[in-house]
Amino acid sequence: MHNNIKFLQGNEACVQGAIYAGMKFFAGYPITPSTEIAELSSAMLPKIGGKFIQMEDEIASMAAVIGGSLGGLKSMTATSGPGFSLKQENIGYACITEIPCVIVNVQRGGPSTGLPTSPSQGDVMQARWGTHADHPIIALSPTSVSETFELTVKAFNFSEKYRTPVILLMDEVIAHMREKVIVPNEGDMLVIDRKKPQVESDEYKAYEYTEDLVPAMANFGEGYRYNVTGLVHDETGFPVNSTSEAERLLNRLMGKINSNLDDILIYEEYLIEDSDILFVTFGCMARSTKEAVNNLRNEGIKAGMFVLKTIWPFPEEKIKQVSKDKNMIFVPEMNLGQIRQEVERLVKTDCNIYGINKANGEIITPEHINDYVKGVLGKCLAE
Amino acid sequence: MPSRIIKNNFRVDRLPHIWCPGCGHGILMRAIAVAIEESNLDKDKVCIVSGIGCSSRAAGYMDFNTLHTTHGRAIAFATGLKVANPDLKVIVISGDGDASAIGGNHLIHACRRNIDITTIIFNNNIYGMTGGQYSPTTPNKEKGTTAPYGNIDKAFDICQLASGAGATYVARSTVYHVNKMVEYVKKGIKHKGFSLVEGVSACPTYYGRKNKKGSAVDLIKEMKHKFIDISAKDKLSKDDVKNKIFMGEFKDVKEPEYIEEYFKIIDMFKKEMSI
Ligand SMILES: Cc1ncc(C[n+]2csc(CCOP(=O)(O)OP(=O)(O)O)c2C)c(N)n1
Ligand code: SF4
Repeated sequence: MHNNIKFLQGNEACVQGAIYAGMKFFAGYPITPSTEIAELSSAMLPKIGGKFIQMEDEIASMAAVIGGSLGGLKSMTATSGPGFSLKQENIGYACITEIPCVIVNVQRGGPSTGLPTSPSQGDVMQARWGTHADHPIIALSPTSVSETFELTVKAFNFSEKYRTPVILLMDEVIAHMREKVIVPNEGDMLVIDRKKPQVESDEYKAYEYTEDLVPAMANFGEGYRYNVTGLVHDETGFPVNSTSEAERLLNRLMGKINSNLDDILIYEEYLIEDSDILFVTFGCMARSTKEAVNNLRNEGIKAGMFVLKTIWPFPEEKIKQVSKDKNMIFVPEMNLGQIRQEVERLVKTDCNIYGINKANGEIITPEHINDYVKGVLGKCLAE
Repeated sequence: MPSRIIKNNFRVDRLPHIWCPGCGHGILMRAIAVAIEESNLDKDKVCIVSGIGCSSRAAGYMDFNTLHTTHGRAIAFATGLKVANPDLKVIVISGDGDASAIGGNHLIHACRRNIDITTIIFNNNIYGMTGGQYSPTTPNKEKGTTAPYGNIDKAFDICQLASGAGATYVARSTVYHVNKMVEYVKKGIKHKGFSLVEGVSACPTYYGRKNKKGSAVDLIKEMKHKFIDISAKDKLSKDDVKNKIFMGEFKDVKEPEYIEEYFKIIDMFKKEMSI
């Protein structure tokens, strides 16, 4: 009955999820704390007829993943901090050429080689704005090992459905923690494949403006010969140097994500309704925060939390809604306030917004959160 | 009326190309088309992958699956494409700067892996697209817009580089010796493993002008005299080869190919499962 109950590490759950979603190609370059993802992929993929390749660096890995996806295989790469920086140019390429792929970034302390083995949540903004210019992106962040499995499947699904690179923004705590995972049977979880062209090859427009804003994708070798370029291109895929086409393309790229927020935004609400103070949190911080919320409740302080599972696009309307009537918002995160700034941008009330931050490689404990909150509350009462 | 070669292999509606008058890149692009045509390949399986540069613009003109990537990364994109679908005939077109400067790491590692990709390098000894800066193949003492007093770097010999890194077919020709170019590209396509064909090109606009080499025709004429076939090497005296550059086939060997080796691993599990 329960032979699919597994005791997995976050990084392992990521690979299992990827294979469940149909991953058949992985290209990567080892870096702590993401390395186990490459190692397990290299062991598992040949067993299912898939392929693993260790490339010469992260730039090459990202390039190979795009090539692999265009060649018809669901493709993934995994990296950490400095490697994520290296991938950025080609992530931008995947955005404009609309090639589905998944990029896992198990964050580590930085900048630069920083803190290789310590946890961090410092790449929130790099996930959003790491590549140049304006473009949409989807980034998901799991709070547990079993959620890592689930969100990896969703990352592949979003990438295929919306023809876009999707970033799985993990942290070292989740990546290296072991927890129970009930691996779903085939068919239990939805698996989405890219939309294929239904027209003759001479009628195919690789970047057609369809109603859903997502063009059908022919893989190379399937009889539709077309051009793929990172330059601004028209519906046929050929470069154009026209302001109106540039605007049209960017509008469609943004539109295909922004018009599907209901589908893309994943979040969890915990004891928000009657709460006075609200936490906004993500990744491993959701765990410390949950315990802090429970502790505060036990002491009669009405706390609640909002957990972002989809980090990008940012759930703007939802944040506005849940922060209404709250006296205070606390944003604990293992960086110097990257999510807090997003919240501040959105919440324009008298409500005070406080960051609880650490970027020194140390996890923020529930006690630390409790003490911080009580410190602020005490000060307010004194005033 | 476009010729049969043009009609069969080019996106006629994308022509004329935007290369400067006298640029050698068009001659090399046509040589590749002729080689593909004469190799009787299934057009739907041919993929042309290019990087960024004047040379890399070739992909857009050619009527195959074409992938115009980021600067220097064409070979890495091509690697993923080929591994994902080994039925594809993957041909990379790259400039000397694209392939040996920013893309140098990918070039040597693709050679080392001996993955079944054919890479053709349009070597005009300069960065054309960005306006004539010196590249890793600009000869020592020659000029570029970023080497106004003469280049002090030592130039790469791309064929030696590829041979040393493990490519299993390596050849060089020029836009003057265009029939040889066709022959080598054909052999490269047929070769199982990583093949590299260097096509020496002419950039009259920047390289020619900066180094006072005369007209486009003068540049191409110079190739006629400067390049001698490697097969004649033993018969030539030191004086004969002074100031000359070798062309021809430098390497043609059989070695295990990357994807074939990978399939052996996959097959291992297939067998295990069938027991
Ligand atoms: C990451 C990056 N760096 C720099 C450039 C600018 N750039 C475009 S083409 C080019 C050089 C191309 O030279 P080469 O490969 O020799 O080809 P050619 O134009 O001479 O045919 C450079 C430096 C770029 N597009 N991307
Ligand atoms: S700049 Fe040089 S390489 Fe580029 S198109 Fe003109 S002649 Fe050719």
